Amino acid sequence: MALLEEIIFAGFGGQGVMSMGQTVAYAGMVEGKQVSWLPSYGPEQRGGTANAMVVVSDAPVGSPLITKPTVAVILNNPSLEKFEPSIKPGGILLINSSLVTDKSERDDIRVVEIDATNIAVELGNARVANMVLLGALLQMTGIVSIDGIMDALKKVLGDSKKHLLDVNRKALEKGFEIAGELI
Amino acid sequence: MSKILMKGNEVIAEAAVKAGCKYFFGYPITPQSELVAYMARRLPEVGGLFLQAESEVAAVNMVYGAAATGKRVMTSSSSPGFSLKQEGISFLVGSELPAFLVNVMRGGPGLGNIMPAQSDYFQITKGGGHGDYFCPVYAPASLQEIVDLTQVAFDTADKYRTPVIMAADGMLGQMMEPVEFFETEAPELPEKTWAATGERGDGGPKVVNSLHLDAGSLYQHNKHLNEKMETMRENEQRFESQFTEDADFVVVAYGTVSRIAMSAVKEARAKGVKVGMIRPITLWPFPQKPFEETRERAKAYIAVEMSAGQMIEDVRLAVNGHAPVEFYGKNGGIVPTSDEILEKILAVAGGDHK
Repeated sequence: MALLEEIIFAGFGGQGVMSMGQTVAYAGMVEGKQVSWLPSYGPEQRGGTANAMVVVSDAPVGSPLITKPTVAVILNNPSLEKFEPSIKPGGILLINSSLVTDKSERDDIRVVEIDATNIAVELGNARVANMVLLGALLQMTGIVSIDGIMDALKKVLGDSKKHLLDVNRKALEKGFEIAGELI
Repeated sequence: MSKILMKGNEVIAEAAVKAGCKYFFGYPITPQSELVAYMARRLPEVGGLFLQAESEVAAVNMVYGAAATGKRVMTSSSSPGFSLKQEGISFLVGSELPAFLVNVMRGGPGLGNIMPAQSDYFQITKGGGHGDYFCPVYAPASLQEIVDLTQVAFDTADKYRTPVIMAADGMLGQMMEPVEFFETEAPELPEKTWAATGERGDGGPKVVNSLHLDAGSLYQHNKHLNEKMETMRENEQRFESQFTEDADFVVVAYGTVSRIAMSAVKEARAKGVKVGMIRPITLWPFPQKPFEETRERAKAYIAVEMSAGQMIEDVRLAVNGHAPVEFYGKNGGIVPTSDEILEKILAVAGGDHK
């Protein structure tokens, strides 16, 4: 079946949802897929939600604006409230359960809770929590490879932060592994 | 060159630099500020000059000055800021100065909001400032198309000595997509013998002016401008038609909305509705040919816009009474969804489509 994933990454501003989305879009591009990335840029209040919408597809991308995501990656409670109802039936709700305390009530989607921040802390750097989540996303959707994400990170981090590549890879692999056990 | 992932606003800026733009005068406004920021960094690298003016009005008049010297120059803004530039655009037309003007449209009227819209269609396609004129308007639907059309826009500006407009919307400006920049061959363009480049050996003073106090002289000047616009009407129409050969119904949409509408068209096709799409790439001159080719057969047209219904007037003129023209649109920063457009297509098509 033709690939079409419409993914929303959502959390507080500053949690890295924008770059998470960009990393996936970049990896998709490198791996020859059609991609788009659209940030929320409306008037947001401090502490409010920010989100990035990423489409990864075999065919040219129609709307970059996603109204019914196939996947929602959620990093805070307000984002869960905002996007949980819109996920396509059969879609995926991926939650960082270290940060999100509310629960999903949908039974027509696959809900995957990953204790991402605590796992990241165990890996030695709380800031790679998003990569744990991304690893899980890759396991569940197969949209891009871990190597593709690493390519993107090399570009994003640059030479000055090259030393962080290793822990990022470990985080991706850990998330990939955990999601593999869950499904 | 390989593909790179860029933001729409930055793609416009880089494409302009690649097209030989050396000067940028502008004033930041959401949702196009990245364009301004990109130029501030980029133009000095290519020996150009970036200047943040004190206002949009100042910026467009700086464009006038730079254009008078024959250099490739641009400004960009979003709806409220673009309104401020209208006086200057009229002067550019009157003085026959080429310039590249970008409007990354947002919701209006007034300050409106910063979300995507196409509500400036009337302003950009029907003149906008005072006097009898039209400017060519390019409406890309993807970031790659921005690259191609920016080059075309600068060339058209030089060819006809006219300001040209690129119409984008907040979504196109903010989104990222892969793009590829190709080396293109420079087209043959007339020498800018009119440019005011100083008096050393180029034939004496040049006058760049839009003032013609004598009625006869202004009449002649207008006649000349109108002839130019007529030539552009003939030669510069751009469009894309898809699935129109057998179409009973034809959706008409431009810019990012056309992508969303295309998803709806494909879904309607899958349900057995013979629907096609016309995508105007130039909003002025508005493409007539695809309507002439389809209007004998089509049972109805549906204009889809992020406005209260503006392009629909040009669609009606082009259909010229051969078929009814329906409308679906959202404005104020709300983007129509493919489901909503599909529903409209099915409603217009009638019958029982599951």
